[in-house]
Amino acid sequence: MRNGLLALFLIGTSMLGGCTEGVLDPKGPIAFAERQILINATGIMLAIVIPVVVATLGVAFWFRASNERARYRPDFVYSGRLEMLVWSIPLMTVLLTGTVAWIGAYDLDPPKPIASSTKSIKIQAISLDWKWLFIYPELGVASVNHLTIPVGTPVSFELTSSGVMNSFFVPQLAGQIYTMAGMVTRLNLRADYAETYRGLSANFSGEGFADMHFNVDVMPPERFAQWIASTRSVGPALDSKTYADLARPSTAVTPFTFQSVAPNLFDSIRTSSMQSDDALCRSYSTSMRAEK
Amino acid sequence: MTLLGKLDWSSIPFDQPIIMGTVGSVIVVIVSVLSWVTLKGYLPYLWREWITSVDHKRIGVMYIALALVMLLRGFADGIMMRTQQAVAAGGAQGYLPPEHFDQIFSAHGTIMIFFVAMPLVIGLMNFAVPLQLGVRDVAFPTMNSISFWLTASGVLLTNVSLAVGEFAKTGWFAYPPLSELQFSPGVGVDYYLWSLQISGIGTLLSGVNFVTTILKMRAPGMSYMRMPVFCWTALASNLLIVAAFPVLTALFAMLLLDRYLGFHFFTVDAGGNAMMYVNLFWVWGHPEVYILVLPAFGIFSEVTATFSGKSLFGYRSMVLATMAICVLSYTVWLHHFFTMGASASVNAFFGITSMIIGVPTGVKVFNWLFTMYGGRVRFTVPVLWTIGFMVSFVFGGLTGVLLALPAVDWQVHNSVFLVAHFHHVIIPGVLFGCMAGYNYWFPKAFGFRLDERWGKAAFWCWFLGFHLAFMPLYMTGLMGMPRRLQHYDVLSWQPWLLVAEVGALVILTGIICQIVQIVVSIRHREQLRDTTGDPWNGRTLEWSTASPPPAWNFAVLPRVDELDAFWAHKQRVLAKQELPVRQHAYQPIEVPKNSPVGFVTAFFAVVSGFALIWHIWWMAGFGVLGAAVTLLAFMFRTKDEVEIPADEVGLFDRAHPVEVSP
Amino acid sequence: MNVAVEMDAVRRSALLNLSEAGPAPKRVIAGFGFWTFLLSDIVMFSALFASYAVLAKATAGGLTGVQLFDQRNVAMETALLLLSSYTCGMMSLAINSRRYLATFLGAVATFLLGAAFLALELREFQGMIALGATPQRSAFLSAFFTLVGSHGLHVTVGLAWLVLMMVQLSLRGFQDVVVRRLHCFSLFWHALDIIWVLIFTIVYLMGVLP
Repeated sequence: MRNGLLALFLIGTSMLGGCTEGVLDPKGPIAFAERQILINATGIMLAIVIPVVVATLGVAFWFRASNERARYRPDFVYSGRLEMLVWSIPLMTVLLTGTVAWIGAYDLDPPKPIASSTKSIKIQAISLDWKWLFIYPELGVASVNHLTIPVGTPVSFELTSSGVMNSFFVPQLAGQIYTMAGMVTRLNLRADYAETYRGLSANFSGEGFADMHFNVDVMPPERFAQWIASTRSVGPALDSKTYADLARPSTAVTPFTFQSVAPNLFDSIRTSSMQSDDALCRSYSTSMRAEK
Repeated sequence: MTLLGKLDWSSIPFDQPIIMGTVGSVIVVIVSVLSWVTLKGYLPYLWREWITSVDHKRIGVMYIALALVMLLRGFADGIMMRTQQAVAAGGAQGYLPPEHFDQIFSAHGTIMIFFVAMPLVIGLMNFAVPLQLGVRDVAFPTMNSISFWLTASGVLLTNVSLAVGEFAKTGWFAYPPLSELQFSPGVGVDYYLWSLQISGIGTLLSGVNFVTTILKMRAPGMSYMRMPVFCWTALASNLLIVAAFPVLTALFAMLLLDRYLGFHFFTVDAGGNAMMYVNLFWVWGHPEVYILVLPAFGIFSEVTATFSGKSLFGYRSMVLATMAICVLSYTVWLHHFFTMGASASVNAFFGITSMIIGVPTGVKVFNWLFTMYGGRVRFTVPVLWTIGFMVSFVFGGLTGVLLALPAVDWQVHNSVFLVAHFHHVIIPGVLFGCMAGYNYWFPKAFGFRLDERWGKAAFWCWFLGFHLAFMPLYMTGLMGMPRRLQHYDVLSWQPWLLVAEVGALVILTGIICQIVQIVVSIRHREQLRDTTGDPWNGRTLEWSTASPPPAWNFAVLPRVDELDAFWAHKQRVLAKQELPVRQHAYQPIEVPKNSPVGFVTAFFAVVSGFALIWHIWWMAGFGVLGAAVTLLAFMFRTKDEVEIPADEVGLFDRAHPVEVSP
Repeated sequence: MNVAVEMDAVRRSALLNLSEAGPAPKRVIAGFGFWTFLLSDIVMFSALFASYAVLAKATAGGLTGVQLFDQRNVAMETALLLLSSYTCGMMSLAINSRRYLATFLGAVATFLLGAAFLALELREFQGMIALGATPQRSAFLSAFFTLVGSHGLHVTVGLAWLVLMMVQLSLRGFQDVVVRRLHCFSLFWHALDIIWVLIFTIVYLMGVLP
């Protein structure tokens, strides 16, 4: 009971307050839908769980050995009807939440593009030890530990890793996806409000992991265009040599940008570790298969 | 190539005051205990009665003692992590540098799963299952001793890593490529792998032992549907051990080959596939959850039935639910990595199968509830742990179903929400269960009950502390805090983490209460003495023999005609208003002979494990050879059993009559 | 198998209901326990098979199965191992009727066939390594050597076990414990055969499919 109230209290305060950052304060359609599923499923289950907890405490208290008024029924050890009920209640719950799971898994599948009249932009994200590199292949620029995207525009990510596994995660915009060397995962998101969000690596990746977070600046399209223009005019160029320098382990790197990016750099990073990726593409479906 | 491989003085972290202080005090404690034991002349007794013992009850007790000691170590790691996260906010780095913090969370997970939860569960099964089945020992008593000592070897190696070298800095599941030589060149991952390989063999042998015991050794008349429910859950758990642990062995062998011989199973180059590790790890890892929690469910069932004065409600349903969980646990492993980019249909499938496990689990909760309904519930310590479990676990299950929704999992996976969830099922589920079992069977093992007052204090501290420590983590998890953070810059997380720290301190108080409980109970053992063998008015066969039971458990194997055999027997006696006639035709009993083979094999296992970790090849060869020669010597042993004369059996049995009181 | 037969013989005469008969006799327990262990061993092999299946095409530009596997050699290996299972079965029959000479002959034949199998396998490995197809070359070869090598290791252990059992048999004769262990050995040896048949199919036959 106590933890029931506590859980309710926690979820209640965070939702009503609405001022927390993170999963409960979504700023894009994907994260919003994911929060909705979270709330719906919690509601469905609380409807079962709270009565169970109340009943447990009530039954245990009423049938305490010292209670003379409670009837002792040592032979009450089987009841076909109750067994029916006992199996069907959790089954019904699972049927409900299972449907929610099924729909959610398809609708919000990370590789699925977001339908929109605005043309989406493509970003390639690479996790390095211990920083993030974001390449804008269509725009020919790149940035480190800092992500800039236009508001209201679908963003389509391709992600890989230089070595160890990380997880790309911007809680207020979409769920996370792993980055793994030698393969590509995909993620789509859209930000509906021009603010700054927190992005991070969610999967432990070694010594510098705690500093593997970055800001996501969401700005109006015209400011985004300005940002691209100014980025193109300053900073180093990203080619295989500067990439090799960048890939060396380093911690808490201050964000900076590259004014140009060598073509196909992302693919060469992905394949550099792999002479043959057939097996991988075979065993892991959609997102990777698309790559072949 | 030196004589000592990679080992030299720089392997000992002299510059780390926290580690050196801990190591120093541990050494002082060990040395003083050893010298006390030696001076008092207890060594021969220890050797004869415990170290070489193949008695399942003794081995069970040693498993539990080992687990409780390691609980202290694992908890120390836990509270250090909580303290670090409570202070390392904003620009602060806390008091633990990353290389130390990373070892601590890896060690915490590894120790709590493999060296606390596993030995607790296996220890309780060791102690209770043969007694409940009404037989004299497990199927392979000497192998049982080997299992225990191999587990202890793994424990020893893990703890040696504190003083010599380092432990893994990869998290307790050691995902490659991070755990590959390229990214973890130190000995930490090797300590992890060899400790778990060695103790894993012990666990596997235990599994084989118990499956055989339960399926082939039961008292006359005990058909499957007359087996106590704890034995059913033990059977399910051990079937899972037999079917899951070999996967872990194979998996770790592959990672070892990668690290030692340059193979390419999981490397980033030459076609290695790290995703295969993640898959195989959880093919073991998810059944492992049920290996731990099913026996705990069994304990809750026994406790609820005993202290409600009723048979378990819906026994058949419970058995069915147990076996359903056993099978289903193999169909859900992918829910540990919905974020790896599998297709929507795969994610949806595994999400739904994971939820389906909630059905038999829910059935169990309802059946416990109906067992209490119409009963006479005595609020003893085991019952408190059980009710505490029921009201917490349903919420742990709730967050579990949330995590089984792929769309929600993407948002909270790898976060402290996940950390809160699995502690929410493992602490109330496994740990509370084992604590209930520990309080429940303690009088059977030692002949006196544990102090109730301190036991209740311990329960309330654990219960409150647990919620204080983990509820805030749900919140910070939803706020986007990933797990395993050495420091963070989001100040709004800190208040929650401070509350969690307080919770950890309350749990610490609970642990202190448990230590006091043991001390007080030993002091007052005469008042707490159980002379009847049946302190709780029990239902199953373990209560029909003396407390503590003799080496042969039962003077005459009990004859079983129904479920809750001992209860039924007591009812018949009460109805007839006369005590049963004692059997006077006692037979001599053969009990398995003590054997040092487990201890000696384990010694050599530690030697070879340590040598392999440090690449001291000659020593590794020596260790393997030593173990082989020991087992060979055992194979050529001529006498396996000693005979207890009928007189001695009769004398003991007459001195310990089972009393039946209403 | 022998264990199962014996079990039936004991039970039918004694009791109606198997599950209520009380603790089983020692030889049943030993046999059943060893069966359970073998199951766990097969699970371990299935993990190795799974990893081989995943990595079979990950040749990283190195030699492939089609280029490496010599069907004639593998056919000989298979014949040797299957034959050794046959002689092992003959040995079991000899043990059941407590005939020393036949038991020893069966054991010697089994040992020689097993050793010949092992020799052929080692020669195959040696040839592959000479071609540069070492387990360090690619993930495919890592998985191949680990899977096939594990089976080879089991065969080696089996051979050592067989020698030990012959020593025990000559020292102690057909004691219960010796007979129990010999039965366990024969279970082990037949299980290795089953695993080899799977290796033969999945690695060697499917490996040379176009």
